[in-house]
Amino acid sequence: MNDRLAGQVKFDNVGLRYGTDPEVLSNLSFTLYPGSFYFLTGASGAGKTSLLKLLYLAQRPSRGAIRMFGQDLITMPRERLPELRRRLGVVFQNFRLVPYLTAFDNVALPLRLAGTDEKKVVKSVGDMLDWVGLSHRAHAVPPTLSGGEQQRVAIARAVIVRPKMLIADEPTGNVDPDMALKLLRLFESLNNRVGTTVVVATHDVHLLKKVPDSLIMRLHKGQLSDPTGALRYPPRAVSPGGGEPE
Amino acid sequence: MSTLPPLAAEPETEEVKPAPVRPRGRAAARLLPPTRLTGPIPWVIAILIALVVIAAAGGLALRNLATNARADLSSAVSVQVIEPNPDLRAARGAAAVKVLTRMEGVQSVRLVPEAELVALLEPWLGEGATSNDVPIPALIDVELTGSASRADITRIETALAAQVPGARVDAQGDFLRPVYEALSAMQYLALGLIALVALATAAAVWLAARNAFAGARDTVEIMHLLGASEKQMSAVFLRDVLREAVFGALAGAGLGVGAVWLLGQQFAALDSGMVGSGGLGLTDWLVIAMIPLIGVLLALVTARITIALALRDML
Repeated sequence: MNDRLAGQVKFDNVGLRYGTDPEVLSNLSFTLYPGSFYFLTGASGAGKTSLLKLLYLAQRPSRGAIRMFGQDLITMPRERLPELRRRLGVVFQNFRLVPYLTAFDNVALPLRLAGTDEKKVVKSVGDMLDWVGLSHRAHAVPPTLSGGEQQRVAIARAVIVRPKMLIADEPTGNVDPDMALKLLRLFESLNNRVGTTVVVATHDVHLLKKVPDSLIMRLHKGQLSDPTGALRYPPRAVSPGGGEPE
Repeated sequence: MSTLPPLAAEPETEEVKPAPVRPRGRAAARLLPPTRLTGPIPWVIAILIALVVIAAAGGLALRNLATNARADLSSAVSVQVIEPNPDLRAARGAAAVKVLTRMEGVQSVRLVPEAELVALLEPWLGEGATSNDVPIPALIDVELTGSASRADITRIETALAAQVPGARVDAQGDFLRPVYEALSAMQYLALGLIALVALATAAAVWLAARNAFAGARDTVEIMHLLGASEKQMSAVFLRDVLREAVFGALAGAGLGVGAVWLLGQQFAALDSGMVGSGGLGLTDWLVIAMIPLIGVLLALVTARITIALALRDML
């Protein structure tokens, strides 16, 4: 399979409704190309979180088709979804750290779930905590960490498995502008060095200008618009990671 | 912090990786909060297992008692010669012994001495048993080589009919049939009790597993979204359920065996032949030893199903 096909995420006429309510997402058709950096914007209630839930496999669509990394999510058996989830890194809006685990153990969680050797876990988590500047807080539990520290732990947990796609829901919502910029640089570093596709949901319009070559997806009442041509075929922006988009 | 460190994950491959090895030992222990045996569930399991042990021991003892009694009496036949005239009764008794001794399939014949009969009846009839006012039939104990069937009884009745008119033939086992039936009913009762307690155990474990799952739902959701498989999430819960079930099963088995031993001592003190034959053998104790093991397995299966159903609500 072509590398770019295998790395992409493709939505085709996807709709999502909860129960018998009207659709919160309608007719979403787009492709996320590997190694690209996307901002997902929209007012509160526009459907950003619902779209992210589809992306991080917390929800199945009510209709339409989704292919992720070459796998058809609609027909994929339920028991194979965890394998796919391990290729994703997710930074939740409210961090969702395990409150009784230390910062170290929270960051180690995805590696331990993946059955990584404990020696590697110790080394990798140590390096990752260094990277986010939290080595000195490795043994602190989340309730004793500040909002910014918790956010960095959440980011370290999301990126430690070198995800194919990083999904972050309002990752700068709880930090000051300096820290917000530093976090964005972390995402860029992951995007540039590892080729991870990054999707950042935010309603902070100032952030959008901070990442050159980023692409913008705008949600309005469950429908996507495409102000930067990110969703065009092929996308207008350059395709990071080399090669032409499909 | 802008330099990305080397990462632990293996280089990416496009093929979906096989399911990872389930986290074990310390790694598994780090996934859920440490728990202690402070809840009521281990004790509920202990009480239920103790009840099963007592019910099973009772059922097994009753089975042994019935089996031994049947074995003792199955080949025994009583022949009564009912004749008010003592001389005639004695003559017919002797004639019956002769006929019976010659019969095929008869192992032994014993004419019960009159003094023995009087001694047997005295507690009920008082001094009247020794007077001739109350005619006592001549009684012959016959031991057959096999079990006394209805055909054997008919054969003996036919053989005696010509020379011993008024002879009445009974299989001794028939006298105890109501007792056997009562024992059998009590065994079914014990089985029913065991089944009910097993259901109660499963219900207790189901509630415990559901509560534990509800209490850890946030953590389970996080693990789920980070790529934990159902097996991994079940495993960390089952570890706690296993610990509680093992504790409850061992404590319950200890309580139950203690109670059975005490009851056994009480019954042994009765010094009754029939009750004495209702003791527990090695096989019975092995069956009882299996109860806590089966209890733990039942708890694990119940918890596994409960957790699987709860996880099914998640994608």
